Amino acid sequence: MDPNLKRSIILDNYEDTTNRKDIEDKKYIKHNSRNISCIDNINLYIKITNNTIEDIKFNGEACVISIATTSIMSKLLKGKTIEQAIKIIKNYNNMIEEKEYDSKLLEEANVFNDIYKQPNRIKCATLTWNGLLEELTKYQNGIHN
Amino acid sequence: MNREDFPMLKHEIVYFDNGATTLKPNAVKEAINDYYENYSANAHRGDYKISNIVDEKYEQTRTKVKQLINAKEDSEIVFTSGTTDSLNLIVNGYFKQNLKKDDEVLITYSEHASNILPWFILAKEIGIKVKYIELDQNYEVTIENVEKVITPKTKVISLAHITNVISDVRPIKSISQLAHKNNILLVVDAAQSIAHTKIDVTDMDIDFLAFSAHKMYGPTGIGVMYAKYKLLDKMQPRNYGGGMNAVFTKDGYIELREIPTRLEAGTPNIEGVIGLSAAIDYINKIGIDKIHKYEQELKKYLLEQLNQLDFVEIYNKKAQGSSVAFNIKNVFAQDTSIYLDKYNICIRAGNHCAKILNEATKINNTCRIVLSFYNTKEEIDLLINVLKNIKNIWNEIL
Ligand SMILES: Cc1ncc(COP(=O)(O)O)c(C=O)c1O
Repeated sequence: MDPNLKRSIILDNYEDTTNRKDIEDKKYIKHNSRNISCIDNINLYIKITNNTIEDIKFNGEACVISIATTSIMSKLLKGKTIEQAIKIIKNYNNMIEEKEYDSKLLEEANVFNDIYKQPNRIKCATLTWNGLLEELTKYQNGIHN
Repeated sequence: MNREDFPMLKHEIVYFDNGATTLKPNAVKEAINDYYENYSANAHRGDYKISNIVDEKYEQTRTKVKQLINAKEDSEIVFTSGTTDSLNLIVNGYFKQNLKKDDEVLITYSEHASNILPWFILAKEIGIKVKYIELDQNYEVTIENVEKVITPKTKVISLAHITNVISDVRPIKSISQLAHKNNILLVVDAAQSIAHTKIDVTDMDIDFLAFSAHKMYGPTGIGVMYAKYKLLDKMQPRNYGGGMNAVFTKDGYIELREIPTRLEAGTPNIEGVIGLSAAIDYINKIGIDKIHKYEQELKKYLLEQLNQLDFVEIYNKKAQGSSVAFNIKNVFAQDTSIYLDKYNICIRAGNHCAKILNEATKINNTCRIVLSFYNTKEEIDLLINVLKNIKNIWNEIL
């Protein structure tokens, strides 16, 4: 992908406030993703109905990479079943770790396909994805029912 | 000043993160090398010449530290691994034994984690209460605000001399007068002041002091705990073993050695002590007053320049220390520091281990520049030029 295009996708998502808000609604699962090695601190709000992610919102203070990737994630995984979402997250993580992955599943998230070149930003790119994965796994194990 | 003494500065970096650690002059590196090449032996052990040299250098360093902070006795100086270690030793070695339930310790929101967490743990263990001195509108400690929170149960005031985010200089001498009038002991965390300003524990009448060598041009892993002799003598060693005992017998009888040896069990960090010694010599050679004056001028220049950029928000304009805490409007602190790193400008972004300071400032993360005497106006000009082009940030970091 052309670097300019990548940059503009990242910035559009950084500035996109569609899903960037705090939610009080108790139907949402709240997850705090905090990066101890840097200073990102993002709250995720996840609404799951009938095994499907109905909505994802987020808010917090974090770097451009963290915010942009969370915005992309919130749009990409909305409407997906838990299983589909977990599959996508695992593919995303594989991409970040330079393993084999299916880029078709990742859509805009492909902009982070060379983030491995900046090792100090890998944490920023994966923080909220792993936070969501944790909550989805808990849901699957019946912890949130 | 003295840039040629610092090998790291040959790498064309602009190093502004002197609050985290300072660069090391050749003299420190050479002193450590000299130890390993010419008299590499243990301390307090042998009867052979090179071991005696180690002993001499080790104890000479104690004297140098004593002189640096104007303590009364060599024996009031204990080597530790750093400020964190010293503060933990002060809390656990002295106050755990000498405080009781409901006794109060006063700290502030702007303390470093190492001057907060040991007190929190002690509160859990023996039921002391941690109370906060209110900060004024510049996030500074005023003597009135200290006075306000003192109660008959207040037994300790534990403060940084200079804080590491705001870099305000606390009025230690007046605080210590007030403390002692009320039978309160004063602990001072000198991590951020020792390399920048004169500390005189006798004149300031400080009961306990902590600092690290690595923030004063010395090596990592070595620091100092100072305490007045009569307090030190009541201190509980945290380690027992070689070097610190005088006699022990099979039925468990132990006689410990004198202060400070009693508190330094095991093989010490010899290269660290030797490096610290060279660092003190180095600072003395330039002169702490000259360092202070130069850094103040530089700080004034930095503030003037930053003030001209309307997109820069500065949080500690009033502070007297050698540092500036700021943010670029609408840019996350870490993104700013990554942007500056593209130009080899090293600054620190984050909460700087002062995680409850946001209670007072409502700001979670800042960019921090802490100046040293090796920084220059030219480096500040470069910083300002790079900041003027901040609109390129996304092209640079994405
Ligand atoms: C004010 C203050 N206190 C304590 C410390 C801890 O020092 P060290 O990490 O050397 O133990 C620091 C270091 O950042 C500091 O700035």
